[in-house]
Amino acid sequence: MNERAICVRIEDLKLTLEHLHSEGYNYFSFVTAVDYPDHFLLVYGLVNTGKHEITFIETPLSKDKPVAPSSTGIWKGADWHEREVYDLFGITFEGHPDMRRMFLPEEFEGHPLRKDFQSDEVEKKPEDFY
Amino acid sequence: MVEKQEFMINMGPQHPSTHGVFRIVLELDGETVIGAKPEIGYLHRGVEKISENRTYEQVLPLTDRLDYVNAMGNNLAYVMAVEKLAGIQVSERAQAIRTILAELNRIASHLISIGTQGLEVGAYTVFLYCFREREIILDLFERATGGRLTYTYFRFGGLFQDLPEGWVEEARDFCKEFLPHVDEYEDLLIQNPIYKLRTKGIGILNKNIALNYGASGPVLRSTGVSWDLRKDSPYLMYDQVEFDVVYTKNGDVWDRAWIRLEEMRQSTRIIKQLLDNLPEGEVQAEELCRYVVPEERSSYFAVESPRGELGFFLVSDGSLKPYRMKIRSPAFVNLSLVETLVKGEKVADVPLIIGSLDPVFGEVDR
Repeated sequence: MNERAICVRIEDLKLTLEHLHSEGYNYFSFVTAVDYPDHFLLVYGLVNTGKHEITFIETPLSKDKPVAPSSTGIWKGADWHEREVYDLFGITFEGHPDMRRMFLPEEFEGHPLRKDFQSDEVEKKPEDFY
Repeated sequence: MVEKQEFMINMGPQHPSTHGVFRIVLELDGETVIGAKPEIGYLHRGVEKISENRTYEQVLPLTDRLDYVNAMGNNLAYVMAVEKLAGIQVSERAQAIRTILAELNRIASHLISIGTQGLEVGAYTVFLYCFREREIILDLFERATGGRLTYTYFRFGGLFQDLPEGWVEEARDFCKEFLPHVDEYEDLLIQNPIYKLRTKGIGILNKNIALNYGASGPVLRSTGVSWDLRKDSPYLMYDQVEFDVVYTKNGDVWDRAWIRLEEMRQSTRIIKQLLDNLPEGEVQAEELCRYVVPEERSSYFAVESPRGELGFFLVSDGSLKPYRMKIRSPAFVNLSLVETLVKGEKVADVPLIIGSLDPVFGEVDR
């Protein structure tokens, strides 16, 4: 499979995704995020099954306003992936029909895959149960 | 006066036919499902977070515990993703052995899937038959790797050790004995008129929805899409062996079970060819460093696991530990279809439909 990576700004993200979909990118592989010290990076993996091509879309996202447009309107498969990113990174997807946590309970505080997340704060010790 | 009203029932998280800890809240109108709300996360262990605090080598045993019925395939996907990230070469012999073991594990995984599918319709015999053959595969694995469920046999640059003496002959015997058993499962379960009546025409998925959801593996192939990474993006020795991609058109529960059955035949075909032409040589790359330190970059590598596209997205910051590891899990994506599939079906068919997606919750929840 051919691979290519495209870096786009957040303003152009939705348009790029729509364009790729119309170009024949019918298969939504995944979306995830990476937490860098000064920004988040959203990474989409999209596959064109006809042309055997996989395209990675990388979009930097500011830490002050971690909001991205949802792609559930284009690929339904984005639904659970976006909920996972929201759960673990705290990035909200605008236009998502059901923006809830995917794995963790609703009352959980914090987003574990952020680098500043302190796991010992939520970790329960045996004495906490008594 | 008779009043009509919809009602909700809760299925799981502890339920014998959900294949793990999975909860689904069903909205019913009589016997018909009109809405479904799946809940997952009961087995979430934070593998992606743990891996950020471990070296690349130390992450390897964690991958065994994702999809625990296909541990070899997980090792393979992770090891190959790191090899791609760090540019490590693998010898031909190691590649051939990896292919054989990955295919054997595919058979073992499909055996569980078919066997439990029998349980869900009340056919207990085929389950025991499937586990009988799976036991032989596990014995083969134990001889080669020392483990029966979690192997950690594939290492960066090759394998932990070469195959023991006589292993190749044993594997060949297994292939010879296994094919008649596959016919047996077909007669017992798949072509059984009662099973056919029960599973044909339920949980129907169409091609566009499957692609739109990113479904892969037998779930996608049952809708008429011939998409198999072993053929469409060949890795290891898959471009040097002959096999057919199995796909059907109806997209129902029966088709998915039949594809798994037929894939076992194809896997046996691949194993036989490789056992006959096993290259000689070393199984571990020479002069390999104790620690893998990739350059600062990211890479994605996916393999065709028994459930579909299993991929690892790795980001390196030039240190000993992965900066970020994302697991693209096929079972997670396939399971997201469950809401669409159970709508309009009878409540008694729900366990069958969930089972036909073949979810393994170690991998769904990660």
